[in-house]
Amino acid sequence: MPLLVIRDLHASIGDQEILKGVDLTVNAGEVHAIMGPNGSGKSTLANVLAGRPEYTVTKGSVQYQGHDLLAMPPEQRAREGIFLAFQYPVELPGVRAWQFLKAAMDAQRQHRGLEEMSARDFNRLLQEKVQQVEIDPELVKRNVNEGFSGGEKKRNEILQLALLEPKLALLDETDSGLDIDALRIVAEGVNRSRRPDNAIVVVTHYQRILNYITPDFVHVLMDGRIVRSGGAELALELESRGYDWVKEAVS
Amino acid sequence: MVTPKVISRTTTSEALDQGYKWGFSIDIDSDSAPKGLNEDIVRFISAKKGEPEWMLEWRLKAFRFWLRQKQGEPAWANIHHPVIDFQDIIYYSAPSSKKDGPKSLEDVDPEVRAAFDKLGIPLNEQAKLAGVAVDAVLDSVSVATTYQGMLEKAGIIFCSMSEAVRKHPDLVRKYLGTVVPYTDNFYASLNSAVFSDGSFAYIPKGTRCPIELMTYFRINTANSGQFERTLIVADEGSYVSYLEGCTAPIRKESQLHAAVVELVTLDNAEIKYSTLQNWYPGDKEGNGGVYNFVTKRGKAQGRNSKISWTQVETGSAITWKYPSVILQGDNSVGEFYSVALVNNYQQADTGTKMIHIGKNTRSTIVAKGISAGHGNNTYRGLVKIMPSADGARNFSQCDSLLVGDQCGAHTTPYIEVRNPTAQMEHEASTSKVSDDQLFYCQSRGMSVEDAHSMIINGFCRSIFQELPFEFAMEASQLLKVSLEGTVG
Amino acid sequence: MTQTLTKYAGYHEAFQALESSAPKSTPPWLHELRRQAWSRFQQLGFPTARRGNEKWKYTNVAPIASAAFSHPAALPSGAQPTAGRVKQLGPSAPGWTNLVFVDGHYSPALSTQPGQAPGIVVDNLSKATVSSPQLVQPHLARQAGFEDDGFIALNTAFLQDGAFIHVADNRTAPAMINLLFVTTEGPTPKVTFPRVLVVAGKGSQVSLVETYVSPAKSRYFINTVTEIVVGDGANVEHCRLLLESPEAFHVGNTRVYQGQDSTFTSAGFFRGAALARNDFQVLLDGTGANCTVNGLYLTTDSQHVDHLIGIDHAKPHGTSRLLYKGILDGKSKAVFGGTVMVRKDAQKTDARQTDKNLLLSPDAEVDSKPSLLIFADDVKCAHGATAGHIDANTVFYMQSRGLDLATASRMLIHAFAREVIDTVQAEPLRDYLDGLFSQAMPASSLRFGGTP
Repeated sequence: MPLLVIRDLHASIGDQEILKGVDLTVNAGEVHAIMGPNGSGKSTLANVLAGRPEYTVTKGSVQYQGHDLLAMPPEQRAREGIFLAFQYPVELPGVRAWQFLKAAMDAQRQHRGLEEMSARDFNRLLQEKVQQVEIDPELVKRNVNEGFSGGEKKRNEILQLALLEPKLALLDETDSGLDIDALRIVAEGVNRSRRPDNAIVVVTHYQRILNYITPDFVHVLMDGRIVRSGGAELALELESRGYDWVKEAVS
Repeated sequence: MVTPKVISRTTTSEALDQGYKWGFSIDIDSDSAPKGLNEDIVRFISAKKGEPEWMLEWRLKAFRFWLRQKQGEPAWANIHHPVIDFQDIIYYSAPSSKKDGPKSLEDVDPEVRAAFDKLGIPLNEQAKLAGVAVDAVLDSVSVATTYQGMLEKAGIIFCSMSEAVRKHPDLVRKYLGTVVPYTDNFYASLNSAVFSDGSFAYIPKGTRCPIELMTYFRINTANSGQFERTLIVADEGSYVSYLEGCTAPIRKESQLHAAVVELVTLDNAEIKYSTLQNWYPGDKEGNGGVYNFVTKRGKAQGRNSKISWTQVETGSAITWKYPSVILQGDNSVGEFYSVALVNNYQQADTGTKMIHIGKNTRSTIVAKGISAGHGNNTYRGLVKIMPSADGARNFSQCDSLLVGDQCGAHTTPYIEVRNPTAQMEHEASTSKVSDDQLFYCQSRGMSVEDAHSMIINGFCRSIFQELPFEFAMEASQLLKVSLEGTVG
Repeated sequence: MTQTLTKYAGYHEAFQALESSAPKSTPPWLHELRRQAWSRFQQLGFPTARRGNEKWKYTNVAPIASAAFSHPAALPSGAQPTAGRVKQLGPSAPGWTNLVFVDGHYSPALSTQPGQAPGIVVDNLSKATVSSPQLVQPHLARQAGFEDDGFIALNTAFLQDGAFIHVADNRTAPAMINLLFVTTEGPTPKVTFPRVLVVAGKGSQVSLVETYVSPAKSRYFINTVTEIVVGDGANVEHCRLLLESPEAFHVGNTRVYQGQDSTFTSAGFFRGAALARNDFQVLLDGTGANCTVNGLYLTTDSQHVDHLIGIDHAKPHGTSRLLYKGILDGKSKAVFGGTVMVRKDAQKTDARQTDKNLLLSPDAEVDSKPSLLIFADDVKCAHGATAGHIDANTVFYMQSRGLDLATASRMLIHAFAREVIDTVQAEPLRDYLDGLFSQAMPASSLRFGGTP
């Protein structure tokens, strides 16, 4: 059974239709890259899958592990193993990062019938992950994303990815605004979380991150539809020939 | 004389016991005064407590002044309630099993002890709260004070007000009414006439109180008012951290709580006063609940002295209180840290007054208001800088958080500056829990309710940090319980 | 009631005289309005700082209530100021439309109207009530209700003259409309009741300045009411300037109504007057309305100025910016009571309120109360207040570059004031104000303390 099956997905924000019939199947162990020009609906797709309430699904279906994903509230999707690395991570004034992570961890473990982690065990695990993603250990003592630089925010997302070990990770433009070192660290974090039983969907505008994360499939999203799919070589072609080339090919 | 019928709002709500887990009532015969108030009641209370003549005289002066106050209750606050019939209230109510209060903890009525256990305030020596000396006040009377022996060794006096009047009359006479005179306001006059008990603490020169002092207040008897009086004096160079907790059982009728707290710090002394106020807030329709009309004021009398108020106000149908500091000594410091939460039909009009008199006096105000349900929350604060207060500084920050669209958040700061060398700054903001913040938490697996709770706790963090650790944990829990059912 | 009559005997006689001597042309509805207002005033009287009367917490109007004033029945016969003198009294520029009132009465001789534009009516109110009642009646006394305000009731009872501005839908008033209210020196203290009514139709545009001025040094009482209706999509720029005698009592009420997507910008400048009250209320009653209300006050000696500013957001997506700045010298006292109200329906409101004060003297006092009353949950609201003196380090820095203390501090005070002056769009007016406030900047009683 595929991990994720998207069929003819239409979604709008307000009166504006953004996704106009997306079809996509993701199996465990795969890495997919979704590429496309600005405004093509890439971020919308990632956010709809994570359940952002502003978007309304008007048509189509999404099956996740054989269940109707669209019927689940966002927290249930997270507990079932979906993780969205936000393009613009949100600040939570007064909420310490470690406290936030522990609450998330506890909620997810409880859902799986596991016991809450003791503060000591959690701290040990957190420190381990902090080292893995080369994040400043002070950051987890600070308020969630408050006063973080752009790169720190993105790394904090990858820290959460490493900690929560999702089945399906959706990376929404995680590479944008990163310098080359940060990009490498983020990509290493993603590669480290690659396992045969999970899948990763990388949403990006640029081919750059795909130098570090090799995708099994590349899809081009334009005007709310996937217009072309291929292997890793498609990303390189896009890099050299631009999106206009696909646009012309399609029309 | 026809008195309008009052506070008795009846309720048909079946859900009285839901949501307020502190709402049990103990069945013990209380030794109550009849309803109503006149000079005889004042004399009765004084006699009950075996008070000296001077104390009775002071009460009577206060009572006569209260009667003469034509203006009646203060009208400027943003609160609304039926007219209070002051003749329909029981002014004295004590557990009847002992006449002069328990001689030792073993004498405390087992049922009373069980009640405090249930509140998480154990009174028996074995299970005492570690590192906290507790004075437990049930209705009007102090029922037990723990750790007294240890405190006595350090020269610290911590006892019920009744005991202090008998055993330490000179100290009480010297300071009682010096910060909040009986002429101060309507409720302070009333309290001065009928106060039944409360706590007294005196920290001698150069002594750092080794443990935290705590008073736990509980209103038990129906139709009774609680009028406790607390006086804390920190002599030169001393320090004390004082905690105050309050609960009341669920009653269909509203109950009146009109306390007075006076703090005095002499040169280089510091008092840190923390409150967790969880009086019964009334039911979901706004029936019942405690009217919490309290006068709290500290006088930083000595040079370099410091008074710090921290309060977490989640209970009461109506809260009307302005813990204040008179900054009289040069270089003295006043602080006010507050979280006030209103839900359902609760009303809170609370804040502080910082009166700068001494040179280079400094004050800080951080107030966080949370409004949910149909609650209305008003911050009302005064910063007054007198001509003598050269170099005075104030910083005030008031933030409001709205949960839902039926509530109100109001901020009314009064700033009176009469000295050009003073500097004061006031900032305020109003916001709500944003959809983005909620979605972020949800997308990490948290329920909407947990997400709200976490974000609101974050909003209050800077205040909770000022609380002693156990209190901070409890405050966070209180907030969560108080907000239950408002989201999700 | 008898007591009230005795208490306000002077006003009572004056009211009888006004009504009996009124010209035949006075429309019956105006008589009725005055009578209702007079009867309301008798009930309300002058306000007192009784408990709970937050609006008058810091200001005592007993000196006004207890004094007797004469009521000038017409333009002063002999001693009218000359046109040249009038020009010096307030702002002016070529091309402006000028309406001048002396002791409450319109002076055709001193006023200048360079040509009428179509759809624009600029006239004195006593004439307009007769010549265009269909434009006046629907709006007069509608924004400024006298039910709960004694001063508005009194002004309305004595409503006789003032300015009327009407801009038809989608019209733009071509020139700045300059309203000048002059109070002359007289043998006895007098009272006047100027009234201004501005109606800006849908999508229209108009700029006006109201100036209240006196060449006298003596005592008088001026009780003004200004009503401004800003129609849907209209844009009104407003300036209010007080240059009263140092002995004057000035009580001004301004009521502004804003429709959908309208813009209202106002700047108030206050100098002079023994006691000045500026009660300024804006109601944003249409979605997307936008208002800016600024003020600058300079007080010296024993002056007392009291600003009561209210911004009432009644509809969603409104924006408001309220900035008041005060410079206080001598034994003067300033009161700022700002209230930003966001009603339940006014979601997405963005409101900001600031009051900043500079105290130059040890005897000056400022009482500031910037309130927020919020009933909607999806709003952005902030307020701030500061009080203090000029930063000693900054002064020292300037001194170390060779400036003397007086120059340095005057420069800093001027800079402090400029934030408000710079918000005035019309250049001649802005230059006039800048000149006015740079000359008037005190520096003498400055002293420094606190920071080393």
